[in-house]
Amino acid sequence: MKDVNGVALAVFIFFFVAVTVMGFLAARWRRAENANNLDEWGLGGRSFGTWITWFLLGGDLYTAYTFVAVPAAIYAAGASGFFAVPYTILVYPLIFLFLPKLWSVSHKHGYVTTSDFVRGRFGSKGLSLAVAVTGILATMPYIALQLVGIQAVLDVMGVGGGENTNWFIKDLPLLIAFGVLAAYTYSSGLRAPALIAFVKDALIYIVIVVAIIYIPIKLGGFDDIFAKAGHWFSEPNPKTGAPRGALASGEKAQWAYGTLAIGSALALFMYPHSITATLSSRSREVIRRNTTILPLYSLMLGLLALLGFMAIAAGVKVDNNQLAIPQLFEDMFPDWFAGVAFAAIGIGALVPAAIMSIAAANLFTRNIYKDFIRPNATPEQETKVSKLVSLLVKVGALIFVLGMDKTVAINFQLLGGVWILQTFPALVGGLFTRWFHRWALLGGWAVGMIYGTWKAWDTPAATQKHFGNVANIPGIGEIGYIGFTAFVLNVAVVVVLTFVLRALKAPDGIDETSPADYQADSGDPGDPGVKADLPPATAGAPGGH
Amino acid sequence: MSGTSGTQGRRPVVTPSRVVAGLCLIAPFVGMLWVGSYAKIEPTLIGIPFFYWYQMLWVPVSALLTTVAYILVRREKRALRATEPAQKGGAAE
Repeated sequence: MKDVNGVALAVFIFFFVAVTVMGFLAARWRRAENANNLDEWGLGGRSFGTWITWFLLGGDLYTAYTFVAVPAAIYAAGASGFFAVPYTILVYPLIFLFLPKLWSVSHKHGYVTTSDFVRGRFGSKGLSLAVAVTGILATMPYIALQLVGIQAVLDVMGVGGGENTNWFIKDLPLLIAFGVLAAYTYSSGLRAPALIAFVKDALIYIVIVVAIIYIPIKLGGFDDIFAKAGHWFSEPNPKTGAPRGALASGEKAQWAYGTLAIGSALALFMYPHSITATLSSRSREVIRRNTTILPLYSLMLGLLALLGFMAIAAGVKVDNNQLAIPQLFEDMFPDWFAGVAFAAIGIGALVPAAIMSIAAANLFTRNIYKDFIRPNATPEQETKVSKLVSLLVKVGALIFVLGMDKTVAINFQLLGGVWILQTFPALVGGLFTRWFHRWALLGGWAVGMIYGTWKAWDTPAATQKHFGNVANIPGIGEIGYIGFTAFVLNVAVVVVLTFVLRALKAPDGIDETSPADYQADSGDPGDPGVKADLPPATAGAPGGH
Repeated sequence: MSGTSGTQGRRPVVTPSRVVAGLCLIAPFVGMLWVGSYAKIEPTLIGIPFFYWYQMLWVPVSALLTTVAYILVRREKRALRATEPAQKGGAAE
């Protein structure tokens, strides 16, 4: 077992305590008179302007995935892990097209979740339930990834426990960190991560700038770094006999690279937590403006990814690839700055984990609890249920941590992507057209979910028989991202079934939105403001399906 | 977006600025998904292989393109609002 790095641990704890205090105080920040409704707890009162939204979305989208999983993938295999960069490049032009529409219609009708919109648009409770369940399910492995990130930092600091300690002592620091997170999420709602996001981003940017200048100087420049990395990747892997990786994507890997990038890009804004951060913004313009300034984070992601090569060049040897970057920091930086870097990674994982659990909780409350269990719930009850579910979702995430191979953490996020992508046709399709039939959307979703889950289960990952991320694309003979293949299949089924159902004149649900709603902005003449509560679903959709 | 009420006539859906905005938004997809166009090591930049610096170069490029699209769309919307001051509220269809 390794020794505890006292200085680094002290700095880490200092920052951790500081953000915890901030988290609890956040409840008082920009407080509204009535904090006991979901708009307040779950959307921060829908009051955030361009800069807070920028920090919140940045804090939300750039997670342990960025700081730990992506550099670890590069460390393990080289070029193939860099798909995260084109992924985050493609996200912004994509959301520029549909997110303002979603904001407008949600503003007009008081929608809090994507399922709210789907129900209102298609008049189908069944479809809205499918979207809600998928959202909650897909969020869990993503939260699990955050846990893995925190664990990596704790391990390198020497407080993660060794192989021989029992699981409880081993995971105790992690459980404490998560307990604290759960407590302030419970009490402050979305305001807590929004406030902490400032600290997180400041720390992260400082660490990156220092790392990207200081480490290459110590290692003799990028020439040396890539020469060493190239040499390392060309050597055969002792287990498989094939080269370990490559510095540029080979012919055979290009389909996988492209489909992973586009699949992840399409998936990102289907996640409940991305939508939560979006809907908490004050106006439609805030979102469009953000699509032009958010790419700054993508640059950061690219630079962080390069740290994977630096870890190779620095001769970092770890059993678990996820430890590569924290270990690099510990080897390269003075102890106190390593502590700052660890705090950056740790807090960088806590912020999104908080937002994710809030978003999943909103989904449960609005679209399962209120639609199916207790239609007459008061706003106070709704908020209370949301708070409790935000705790339960975190427990669900723990199950994924225990059940999946932690050495390839990027697969957690990609598995979530396989599922969440299947809600794309209903959500984005619904924003642009009402042509799709609700039952066809449900059929396509089911096919995509079943194919994706089955394929992911059937595909081996590095050290485990299940939950791989790429597989043969049927009919094309290339290797591609399972989520994207399932998505294409889903769309095909939706189109075919819509033709069939329209020909059969199957009953269409009632659409409570009107075309003007998709263009509405706050402050428009006649803008009613956001309604505090949504009328019961049954009003627009008798007997909803 | 089909017909608007009487005096306005039909508003064209395809306008030059929308086409340009659309191209700005599509360009990154063409650039990034054509993996074969950049999957090589040379030329390197301060020691970084082409594969990496080229993709990272696309980050500011696509941000710039999205900004252009944003400005075009905003300008058109403002012009549209200026010409139809009393059209709000259910008049779009």
